[in-house]
Amino acid sequence: MSRIGVAFDKARAEGRALLVGCMPAGFPTVEGSIAAMTAMVEAGVDVIEVEIPYSDPVMDGPVIQKASDIALAGGVRTADTLRIIEAVAATGAPVVTMTYWNPIERYGVDAFARDLDAAGGTGLITPDLIPEEADEWLAASDAYGLDRTFLVAPSSTDARLAMTVEHCRGFVYATAIMGVTGARERTSDAAPVLVSRVRAVTDLPVGVGLGVGTGAQAGTVGGYADGVIVGSALVRCVLDAPNEAAGLAALRTLSAELAEGVRTPRP
Amino acid sequence: MSDAPAPTGLQPDAAGHFGRFGGRFVPEALVAALDELSEAHRTAMADESFRAEFEALLRDYAGTPSMLYPAQRLSAKLGARVLLKREDLNHTGAHKVRNVLGQALLTKRMGKTRVIAETGAGQHGVAAATAAALFDLECVVYMGEVDTQRQALNVARMRMLGATVVPVTTGSRTLKDAMNEAMRDWVANVGDTHYLIGTAAGPHPFPAMVRDFVRGIGDEARQQCLDLTGALPDAVAACVGGGSNALGIFHAFVGDPDVRLYGFEAGGDGVATGRHAASITGGSVGVLHGTRTYVLQDADGQTVESHSISAGLDYPGVGPEHSWLHDTGRATYLPVTDDEAMAAFELLCRTEGIIPAIESSHALAGAAAIAPKLAAELGREPTIVVNLSGRGDKDVHTAGRYFGILDREQ
Repeated sequence: MSRIGVAFDKARAEGRALLVGCMPAGFPTVEGSIAAMTAMVEAGVDVIEVEIPYSDPVMDGPVIQKASDIALAGGVRTADTLRIIEAVAATGAPVVTMTYWNPIERYGVDAFARDLDAAGGTGLITPDLIPEEADEWLAASDAYGLDRTFLVAPSSTDARLAMTVEHCRGFVYATAIMGVTGARERTSDAAPVLVSRVRAVTDLPVGVGLGVGTGAQAGTVGGYADGVIVGSALVRCVLDAPNEAAGLAALRTLSAELAEGVRTPRP
Repeated sequence: MSDAPAPTGLQPDAAGHFGRFGGRFVPEALVAALDELSEAHRTAMADESFRAEFEALLRDYAGTPSMLYPAQRLSAKLGARVLLKREDLNHTGAHKVRNVLGQALLTKRMGKTRVIAETGAGQHGVAAATAAALFDLECVVYMGEVDTQRQALNVARMRMLGATVVPVTTGSRTLKDAMNEAMRDWVANVGDTHYLIGTAAGPHPFPAMVRDFVRGIGDEARQQCLDLTGALPDAVAACVGGGSNALGIFHAFVGDPDVRLYGFEAGGDGVATGRHAASITGGSVGVLHGTRTYVLQDADGQTVESHSISAGLDYPGVGPEHSWLHDTGRATYLPVTDDEAMAAFELLCRTEGIIPAIESSHALAGAAAIAPKLAAELGREPTIVVNLSGRGDKDVHTAGRYFGILDREQ
């Protein structure tokens, strides 16, 4: 049974999409990131996606890159990320971890799965790990009962899409656009098509990420997806704020707007 | 392309693995493009007309086969018969022209109209811009902001050739960040764009494909050495950054068990100082830029910045086939420090009247280091083929300052 599936079921029962909010671990500091993620939960974000900062984040746009750089310059370690996950999981919100593959491989795949499980994490979103390269992770996630979310993209062939989805547990991450993370003015036309292609091959919930930054966009995406994943727009609240208190206030405001958005589905 | 049979055991598996190395660690959005590229590469290499077109370009445009030159005065100094593979005489001044011509031809074949490239010092960027001009392709080159300032002349060259140069301001603002930015561009524009990677690294099929485009170096050198000396060399030496020139010359010799293969990595200030670019000697196995290979990383898997006086070797990873050749013991990888490389640079200038690239100077320094050991082992003068992968015009500024010929401000 999937750990995160319960949260998706609950949202589905309420007739709405689940809101996933992403923040890099250790940004702006370890304690600051715990405060930020806690504020997001309190303001209505259903699931927290903790991104492990990485030196070479090729799927991320400038906002998350900058936040990751700040976290790494502050000395955040993988062990700190696990501590952050534990603290945020203590709020009761499910915590999923987004990570490039090298930090996990370096930590030890089985050891990380063990420690993630112990910290109360639900599983991993792996933006640069495709199922063909994931044997070790498939085994470790099975051993510890963790969810695994691989990405599907508008360019995925039907065969790849079916294969990828088959290896997912918990939910499927549909990348709404061909591109990197970052809020955009318009939501993607490709995303609804991609979501329906995923639905044709699985009953797993589908989360849509990349480019969502406002309550209205969350409503639009929530109209066809099971989960709305927001990252850069939330990170920017903290990045652009003059001080921590202002950052948390902006974060609460946007989180509440997004939470309202997923409760107001738009056609 | 040579008709020499491919040595056995040297092709990656269908998913691009060289033993435990290689593969694809990329966003799913790129997989379709990588599959398309794999298929285009496979069919092109099997297509006589593609091979003929590539060969004609290499001959008529790039100026290959490059000569294998018996460097007698250098040989006397080193106590070895040194044969220099003169890739420095190719158009654009390095072996890299072979790779860009091959990839540009493939780009046309796939019907794509735009190429992007990453560059450190600008050599690959200039080569990519050259091929793009020749094939009428739009060209965007990503270059770390720090490097655009250090290498203003190469930025000007690329712009003269019609390319757009984008300074990269993220991360350490050097080659690895330029590569990240090129990957991000590719994810967003993969429909009409080919990522013209400059070395035998990155996700499958790039390592095998780039190797195929540069393997002529070794195919030529092997035959030239036989013609010239009546025998195969005792050793082949090449510098290794990403490692395309080394794979290019190694490949033809891998099936010759008596030919020792040496890859010389950039030892910077010395591997023990931590300021180096020797991924195999001083790194560990990890995943970087889409492939599993030896990388410079910290205890958490964060990439560590590399250092080398040679911008072309200043990269914290290495092509996965090298990692495999290292693990299997077929090739030997040794570090060469900045100072050792510069001493070899000066030696070649003074003995042969050839100003080598600082990259290639690492191969020369390495050859100098192994020559006495080989002589002792063999009980005779050894024959060493050194891949002189590029010329040093681009390095005059760096070398001039190193030797105190130019002052720091010049």
